Amino acid sequence: MNERTALLPKPPVPGATRRTHLKDRLIERGLLGVASLTIVFLFLILLFLIQRSLPAIQEVGLREFLTGTRWMPSSRNPGYGAFAMIFSSVMVAAGALVLSAPWGVGVAVFVSELAPKALKEVLKPTVETLAIFPSVVIGFVGLVVVAPRLASLLGLSHGLTALTGIIMLSIMALPTIISISEDAINSVPREYKEAAYALGATKTETILRVTLPAARSGISAAIMLGFGRAIGETMTLLMVAGNALSLPITHVFGIPVPNLLASVRTLTATIAIEGLDVPWRSLHFHSLFVLGGILFTFTFVVNLIADIVLHKWEVK
Amino acid sequence: MQINDPIVGARDVNLWYGRNHALRDISLNIKEKAVTAIIGPSGCGKSTFLKTINRMTDLVEGVRLEGLIEFRERPIRQYDIVELRRRVGMVFQKPNPFPKSIYENIVFGLRIQGIKNRGQLQEVAERSLRQAALWDEVKDRLQDSAMSLSGGQQQRLCIARALAVNPEVILMDEPCSALDPVATAKIEDLIAELKRDYTIVIVTHNMQQAARVSDSTAFFLMGELIEYDSTIKVFENPEDQRTEDYITGRFG
Repeated sequence: MNERTALLPKPPVPGATRRTHLKDRLIERGLLGVASLTIVFLFLILLFLIQRSLPAIQEVGLREFLTGTRWMPSSRNPGYGAFAMIFSSVMVAAGALVLSAPWGVGVAVFVSELAPKALKEVLKPTVETLAIFPSVVIGFVGLVVVAPRLASLLGLSHGLTALTGIIMLSIMALPTIISISEDAINSVPREYKEAAYALGATKTETILRVTLPAARSGISAAIMLGFGRAIGETMTLLMVAGNALSLPITHVFGIPVPNLLASVRTLTATIAIEGLDVPWRSLHFHSLFVLGGILFTFTFVVNLIADIVLHKWEVK
Repeated sequence: MQINDPIVGARDVNLWYGRNHALRDISLNIKEKAVTAIIGPSGCGKSTFLKTINRMTDLVEGVRLEGLIEFRERPIRQYDIVELRRRVGMVFQKPNPFPKSIYENIVFGLRIQGIKNRGQLQEVAERSLRQAALWDEVKDRLQDSAMSLSGGQQQRLCIARALAVNPEVILMDEPCSALDPVATAKIEDLIAELKRDYTIVIVTHNMQQAARVSDSTAFFLMGELIEYDSTIKVFENPEDQRTEDYITGRFG
């Protein structure tokens, strides 16, 4: 035996090897099975969604769903236009992000770069706790605390408006935005910050010119995932946004602008409200699946983009 | 070693990381427009000492510093930190360009000083890149990402970035330890070139490098300054037995 082979590990006992291999293989196979099952379920749900919505799309046409504004599926003269709901969903989710994106990224910067250790240890679990509040609780707070105050503040007859929904949703999107942005900021190498400090940059300049730009794809992904969270939210909006079926648009000096003070009904709220007592297998029933399909497309595309952006960030 | 009119002077410097006494009574003067090497085994405090000069140690939590460090005969504590770090630049162990374009890396220090004049920025960028012997290699792709450069080029870019703010002292913390021999040789040539205009303090674990590039050498061991003299003296005829043991490779 020469020196080289002497350094190699001794071959293990043959029996032991086979046993551990078998165990490894069983665990591996088991986990693979569970993982595949998840994908199979996802596909089944998607398939089901398509299959159930097809009759309505064939009967009414996708165009009517996407562009029509008259939603009266149980009327004698039915209308299946979902544009007002699509618009409301997007308006409320986007509005929520306008509030929660700067707020969430600000908190993330504070937690990861500025907060003293003790405060950081309080803030992080607090943010995580925000994520586990059931949406019905947040909706209830919106209903009894936020809505009446907003109404008296703005002189409205009631506070169940898109704005109320936006405020509550922005709070709900915060944990997602904060924790993913914080990960992105934390993964910025310390060497970049050192280089900035060594060139005479202050803490603020370092954060604005080095840390945030280096973390920007992670932060964009965080905001997009926050959008996905917001557009899919149901219960809170059902409780606080007023559920009116009209298009929330008002005219300022003749220019149409989104009306945040209107009561709105989102896609999610519509499915929740009408899904309970819709006649089984009716056109109305199938048309609710179309709404689900539209919603799914939105969240899927946004998540897909977020995933691509996040991946780009990891490669860097 | 007697140095008149030092650009940087340290007197009785002690530093603790928490309870770890990392620098012990360091007194050392650094000569202007010369290369001073600091050598010693890992953990001897050589990098720590370097970082006290531009107060990078301020960024480490739980650091306590005692003693006096002067830059141009004025205690560094009295400087505005931004001004101190502009005048005392630093190059790190691992090349650390920002994930920005080559151009944006170089003008970073000027931008944070609020300089917006494009002509001036471009002029400084070219001058710094030429000084860092990088201009010919990158002049046609200044807008490319700095990450597309090789390790050696990245380190020269970091040197150019430090030069752009017109410092008086450049601190180099093992600048070649992550580079191959060819890139190392280029940096060493560059150091020889730069010492005409700048004061350079270089920490290195590579004794041949210290011998090649420096005018004077300080030997640190376990937080203490053991010997400080002209490089020739330290390498050919050291006073202290421990210095001799280290440079002849008996430990380290």
